[in-house]
Amino acid sequence: MSAQASAAKSVKRRSPNQSMGWIPYLFVLPNLLIFTTFIVIPTIIGFIYSFHEYDGLNPMEFVGFDNYKEIFTNGEFWTALGKTAMYAVIVVPLIYCISLAIAMMLIQPLRFKGLFRSVFYWPTMISYIIVGLTWKWIFGDFGILNYMMTLFGSSPVHFLSDSFFANVSVIIATVWSRLGFYMVIFMAGLQAIPTDFYEAARLDGASKPRVFWSITLPLIKPTTVLVVMLSLIEAFKAYPLLFALTGGGPGKETTYIVQYIYETGFAKQELGMASAMSVVLFLLISIFTALQFRLSKGGAD
Amino acid sequence: MELKSSAKTALYIILFLLAALWLFPVLWIVISSFKTNNDLYSFPPRFWPQPFTFEHFTDAFEKGNFGRYFMNSAIVTVSSTILLLLINSMAGFALAKYKFKGDALLLVGFVSTLMIPLEVIMIPIFKVLSFLGMFNSLLALIIPPAATPTGVFLLRQYLLTVPDELLEAARMDGASEWRIYSRIILPISKPILAVLAIFSFMWRWDDFLWPLIGISDPSLYTIQLALSNFIGEFNVDWGSLLAMSVITMIPVLVVFIIFQRQFVSGMVTSGMK
Repeated sequence: MSAQASAAKSVKRRSPNQSMGWIPYLFVLPNLLIFTTFIVIPTIIGFIYSFHEYDGLNPMEFVGFDNYKEIFTNGEFWTALGKTAMYAVIVVPLIYCISLAIAMMLIQPLRFKGLFRSVFYWPTMISYIIVGLTWKWIFGDFGILNYMMTLFGSSPVHFLSDSFFANVSVIIATVWSRLGFYMVIFMAGLQAIPTDFYEAARLDGASKPRVFWSITLPLIKPTTVLVVMLSLIEAFKAYPLLFALTGGGPGKETTYIVQYIYETGFAKQELGMASAMSVVLFLLISIFTALQFRLSKGGAD
Repeated sequence: MELKSSAKTALYIILFLLAALWLFPVLWIVISSFKTNNDLYSFPPRFWPQPFTFEHFTDAFEKGNFGRYFMNSAIVTVSSTILLLLINSMAGFALAKYKFKGDALLLVGFVSTLMIPLEVIMIPIFKVLSFLGMFNSLLALIIPPAATPTGVFLLRQYLLTVPDELLEAARMDGASEWRIYSRIILPISKPILAVLAIFSFMWRWDDFLWPLIGISDPSLYTIQLALSNFIGEFNVDWGSLLAMSVITMIPVLVVFIIFQRQFVSGMVTSGMK
C-alpha cells in the first residue's frame, strides 16, 4: 500500500487513533522501562522473598509459608498493625469532620476567603520530616505547649515520652498537615451541588441542620468515599512524620506498621520476613481499595 | 445562601481562630530559628527572640554541611522534574493518540501501579538499585520516581481533547511523529505540564522514602534525609535544625506563592489533586 493510500484511508476512517507500527511503543518505552525496573520487578522479587529466609548476604533459603505462619504468631507485628488501625480509626473521622466543616465555611461568600484557603492548604506542602520536627519542637518538654499548660495551672506533660500523649501528638500533627488537602477535595464536591436544591429546601422552610443531613451529606457521598479511602490508605502508610516526631517511641508505642516492616528488613536484616509482612500489608490496602471501588460505585448511583 | 450578619461574625471569629492555630506552628519555628541557644532553651519560652541572631543559619551552612544537602536536593528536584515531564508526556501522547496492541493493558498497568505502595516494596527496590549500581548515587533519586502513573494519566486525559485533525494535517505536511510530539503536543500541553511540574517539585523536594532507600553516603544526602538524620542524634542541635527547616520551606513557599491561584482554586474546580 502506498503512503498516500494509507493516509487517505486513515483520513476516511476518521478514527481517533493512529496505527503507527512500532512508533507508539518507542514513546511509551522510557516510562515502561522505569516502571518495570522499579515497580514491577521489585514487586515480584518481594513476593519471592516472602517465601524465603534471607538476610541479604547469605544465600536465600526456601521456607515455603513459614514466614506467613510466623507472622500470625508474631505479637509485635499485630501490635504494630493494631496501633496503625487505631491511629487510622481516630485520624480518618477527625480529618473528615474538620476538613468538611472548614470547607463548608470557606464556600460561603466571605472576605479573605483566598487567604484562609491558603493558610489551611499551606501545611500540606511541607514535608513530613519538617512537620514532625515542627511539632516535636512544640510538644517538647520545654516546648511552648507545656508552657501554656503551666499558665493554665496544669503540670507539664511529657508529650513525646508518654505513651498516650505521644499517640495524641502524632494525631494532631497528622490532622494539621493533611487537612488542607482534604478541605480542597471537599470544596470541589460541595461546589458541585446545584444551588436549586438549597433554594427548594429554603422555600420549604427546612432548618440548616436538616438541609445538611438531607441534602449536603447525601449529595457529597462520592467525595466522602474518596476522602475516607484516601485518608485511610494514607494512615496505613504513615511513617516519615512519625519517624521525625516520635521516632516510633516511647518504647514501641508509636511504631506503626510501615516502620515495623522497615526495621525488620533493614535493621534486623530479615528480608524474607519483612517481605512477607509487606505482602500482608499490600493485601490489606488492596482490600481497602477494592472496597472503595464498590462503595464509590454505590456513591455514583 | 445568604448568612445573617450575626452568623457571619461568628464564622469570621471561628475562621480567624482556626487560621491562627494553623499558622502558629510554622510561625513558631521561624521565630525560634532566630533565637540564641540560651533563649531557645529558656523556660518559660519567650515569644520574641532577644537578641535576634542569624548564627544558626550561618552555622547550618558552615558547620552543618547544609549547602551540600541543599544542592543535592536541588539537583534531584530539577532533573527529576524535567525527566518526568519529558517521559510522561511521551507516554501520555502515545496512549491518547495512537492505537496499538496492548495500549489499554499498558494504561491499566500504569495506573494500577498506584496501588502498590512504595513502602511495601522498599526492600526489593533497594536490591534492584544495588544490582544496577545505582545505590548511593543521585540517579537513584532522579530516575525511578520520574515515571509517575499520575503524570501519565493526567497527560493522557488532557491529550484526548486535542483534535486528531491537527495531527493529521501535520502528517500530510510530512512531519515525523517525533516532530509532531515536540512541535505540537508539547506546546499544547503547557498548562497540564505546569501543574505536573509544580507537583513534581513538591514530591521530590519533600521526599523522604526514595532518599532513605537509595542513599547511605552522607555526602549525597538530600535535605530531608539530612534533617531526619539530625533528629536521630542523641543531642539534637535544635538551633541548626530549626534554621535548616526554615530554609527548606522557602523554595516550596516560593512555588506556592507563584502558583497559589492555580493551586487551590484549580484544584477546587477540577476536584483533582
